[in-house]
Amino acid sequence: MPRPDWLPVRRSKETPAADAAMWSKCPKCGEVLYRRDLAANLFVCTRCRYHFRMHAQDRIESLVDGDFEELGQEVLPRDPLGWSDRRTYPAKLKADRERSGISESVVCGFAAIAGHRVGLAVMDFHFRGGTMGEVTGERITLLFEEARRRRVPVIVFTASGGARMEEGMLALMQLAKTTAAVARFMADGNFYLVVLTDPTSGGVSASFAFQADIIVAESKAMIGFAGRRVIEQTIRQRLPDQFQTAEFLLEKGAIDMVVDRRSLKETLTHLLEYCGP
Amino acid sequence: MSNNLIVERERGLVELERRIAELREATAGQPLDMSSEIGALEAKYQQILRELFGRLSPWEKVHMARHPDRPTSLDYISRFDRFDELHGDRHFRDDPSIVGGLAVLKGRKLMVLGQQRGRDTKENLRRNFGMPAPEGYRKSTRLARLASRFHLPIVTFVDTKGADPGITSEEHAQSEAIAVCLQAFTTAAVPIVATIVGEGGSGGALALAIADYTMMLEHSTYSVASPEGCAAILWSDAGKAEEAASRLKLTAHDLHRFGIVDEILPEPLGGAHRDASEVVTRTLDTIDTVLARLTALTPETLLEQRYRKYRRLGEWQAEGLEAARTAP
Repeated sequence: MPRPDWLPVRRSKETPAADAAMWSKCPKCGEVLYRRDLAANLFVCTRCRYHFRMHAQDRIESLVDGDFEELGQEVLPRDPLGWSDRRTYPAKLKADRERSGISESVVCGFAAIAGHRVGLAVMDFHFRGGTMGEVTGERITLLFEEARRRRVPVIVFTASGGARMEEGMLALMQLAKTTAAVARFMADGNFYLVVLTDPTSGGVSASFAFQADIIVAESKAMIGFAGRRVIEQTIRQRLPDQFQTAEFLLEKGAIDMVVDRRSLKETLTHLLEYCGP
Repeated sequence: MSNNLIVERERGLVELERRIAELREATAGQPLDMSSEIGALEAKYQQILRELFGRLSPWEKVHMARHPDRPTSLDYISRFDRFDELHGDRHFRDDPSIVGGLAVLKGRKLMVLGQQRGRDTKENLRRNFGMPAPEGYRKSTRLARLASRFHLPIVTFVDTKGADPGITSEEHAQSEAIAVCLQAFTTAAVPIVATIVGEGGSGGALALAIADYTMMLEHSTYSVASPEGCAAILWSDAGKAEEAASRLKLTAHDLHRFGIVDEILPEPLGGAHRDASEVVTRTLDTIDTVLARLTALTPETLLEQRYRKYRRLGEWQAEGLEAARTAP
């Protein structure tokens, strides 16, 4: 049951955390959802169909048949610029690792989806806003190189604020590196499929996210090159709510289809049947 | 008042420059020997130049790269033997913030492309301050493919704050335009030489900067984000732009150290615009030398080397890679 407004929150540190683990509030309609029900519904609000941002582990579990053979998990971030702003970069990495349970903004590996062997890369917005640093680029490159050797399709789930500023130009160069790996993979006739999830922008959208054979987007995901705030500041007006949503991109002809998460696995399976090996 | 730090600093020099010129003019053809006075003034002038511009901080370089008089892409391209501009993306329109076309440089036929900003307000409006729209990147993709088909090397000049962040650009799929442009440059089976001549702003710059050989003018900058944008996001304070500029490691020397830039082209004291003609001459000479070397390679070698060049940036140590490859 949701906590009534009049009940004062107890000062104990465990209580809100325990509550948070059990209950989630829909950021769209405000409905308070029992976490287990939400998970069973693939993290889609049962009331308004809002698609929650998924953790990489949950995403993988929701899709693959059995085992997930992880690739590149030993590739871990360093601090190439010795970065510090309001916090040091290593401190941010540590906090995100603890909060998200993953070691970088992407989890890569091989698995089967409805019997089809695929290479899978799942980006996670909960780690540094899904930004792409050296490790993100390296893991994705390793995945495409290995999938090319194995001659299996690759599916990438994007969720990213763009290139990671704390790694400077080394982060930007990952656009070039991943692009080169994707191009080699595709040149050999392998199938590349992208699922754009909320949000996908900046350097990731301007590289491997939009280089796929088929581009699917989750319903209502925000997708664009420039961030909403940047555009609003540039034009000095508020943008319509629909702007940069998956549905908007579909109408403009930038993507192939918009899919409700609950039918995503079925859609991916069909697409793999058309274009897979 | 200019919002450019370097322009502001140059104001103090104008008076001295005027006095030297006046003295020269007054003494020209006169029996009066003023050469020692002129010499003294010039020595002082040089000394002030060194004090003002001898050691530029990253933030000062950001301003130097944006200097309104700094040579732009067309200043280089206009010094080629020939330039036959090609227009349009064949879909929607021609984007004047990227110029491109067939050209001849020192007798060598090639394709040239560059982001083009304006010198004055009117030209800046026409060229959208050098911030390309998707149409500009689609034109670049088209020309890179054309070059590849006819075995013409590609020469690019990079000078942009970044890709245009406007409503129309989003509607026309800016992301896709850049992503595909990156792909075209990655796979073009001809030599590519890129020179960052001004500002290299993020993905919008990178789209024309994937190359077999990357050069950078000494006071150019090349960055994952503008210092202002970075400060606004990471510090929530645009006033921290100067600090962001030094942390981002966006100077030619930093990027050379990281292996992202292959060669630094020196600039005269006070910046490229103080002797634009000489800077253009030396840049074109260097491009020619590099092209002579690259055109000797087979397309297969070229593509393999280009792949390796980007592959090793942020590459995990050998044992990590092996472990990753042989994982069950």
